[in-house]
Amino acid sequence: MTIPVGAELPPLTVEATPTFVVATALATRDFQDVHHDRDAAVARGSQDVFLNILTDTGLVQRFVTDWAGPDALVRSISLRLGVPCYAGDTLTFTGRVAEVDGDEVTVSVSGTDGLGEHVSATVRIEVTA
Amino acid sequence: MTATERTATGPAAATDEGGRIEAAAREIAAAGPSAADPARDPVNQAMINNWVEAIGDTNPVYTDPDAAAASVHGELVAPPAMAQVWTMRGLHGVRPADDPLRRMTDLLDEAGYTSVVATDSAQTYHRYLRPGEHVAASAVLDDVVGPKRTALGEGWFVTTRTTWYVGDEPVAEMTFRILKFRPPEAETAPGGPDGNAASEGRATTGGKGDDGAGRGEAAAATVLRPVVTRDNAFFWEGLRVGELRIQRWGGTLRHPPGPMAPDGDLDAEPDYIVAAGTGTVYSFVVHHHPPVPGKRLPFVLALVELDEGVRVLGELHGADPGGVHIGLPVEASFDRIDDDLTLPAWKVRS
Repeated sequence: MTIPVGAELPPLTVEATPTFVVATALATRDFQDVHHDRDAAVARGSQDVFLNILTDTGLVQRFVTDWAGPDALVRSISLRLGVPCYAGDTLTFTGRVAEVDGDEVTVSVSGTDGLGEHVSATVRIEVTA
Repeated sequence: MTATERTATGPAAATDEGGRIEAAAREIAAAGPSAADPARDPVNQAMINNWVEAIGDTNPVYTDPDAAAASVHGELVAPPAMAQVWTMRGLHGVRPADDPLRRMTDLLDEAGYTSVVATDSAQTYHRYLRPGEHVAASAVLDDVVGPKRTALGEGWFVTTRTTWYVGDEPVAEMTFRILKFRPPEAETAPGGPDGNAASEGRATTGGKGDDGAGRGEAAAATVLRPVVTRDNAFFWEGLRVGELRIQRWGGTLRHPPGPMAPDGDLDAEPDYIVAAGTGTVYSFVVHHHPPVPGKRLPFVLALVELDEGVRVLGELHGADPGGVHIGLPVEASFDRIDDDLTLPAWKVRS
């Protein structure tokens, strides 16, 4: 399989409902109150509960392997958070192939919500097929 | 505290505290990696199933034995992005005493930087994990930078490096950065957005980090509010209009106000005087710990003997805690919290 540099990944849209925020926080064993307790999140200066970073890592992985297929090996995920993703927002991931070096493919990913860019990430995968 | 006072007293205090935090960070970093701490559970299918269900990841190599067997893995594997999940502390978990993030977090909590937000995560996976394997994590403090003004509040960026092992084999690594910050209601001065968003770690946009509204509005949500009764309502009403009112029963002043004359005369009716507002410190405490909502640590609580003779409690502003002493001349000041509440306070009389 030849992957051209610059190839765009199919976008992924995720509805960050309160249930999604809480379910993913608990599935990643993150019990920080800002991810499940709206009053606590507001008291700490947020407008609502918001996605945790472990979920962002998971979503970025899902976004890339949805495109690359089950045989792609994920080697690294680096991400930087921007604006928060509050409950009730919609998160849209876009990505493009930034680099191809033999079997190794580097993908740049951006996740944006109603407030702006929530996460920017670089994912390195190995595609052997 | 006004912005001017803050400018006058802020930098020295910040430098002191900053130096202390930086020194502690150097010591924690020098201690090196923590002992490898095992995950609560081995890598297991139940947690994988919960995770892929929540994330919405349908990659069959994590959940379908047949598809996994036919894949490059040859068997079921765990999602690489779960690396950190295995060693999360859970609901009641406590980090080991030598954990550098715990040590740094405790230190910053104590200094009033009580809120946390993750800003960066960089994970490298050396290989996929299989159900049944048991990982252990070891962490080292990499870097501590601050204090930085961010849209969330003033804070410190703390970077740690974690390595996950199965036995002696490193299987994954992570560089993780958090911002430990003072929540906005803990800001003591309006200050204005002099630094606006953080210069690094852009996790700082959003939230009600706008501290331009000033101390009062920011603190209103969390400040401990007094119980206003028929007997003391005049006192709180006075503060709202900038008067320090003292209950009077005939010729006797009484504070805190009470329902009955000091001599027990049930027919007596009180009125009040407006105090001149000047007095001296009768006693005081410097509060260092624990953090108090709406207060920046340390702060001074002073019991002031008014020139009229009664003693009134309030926060003393604008004084170096080390320089406060019994007999210090002070005058009344008024901490407006919101339309309904103004708290009595003191400032040093010049």
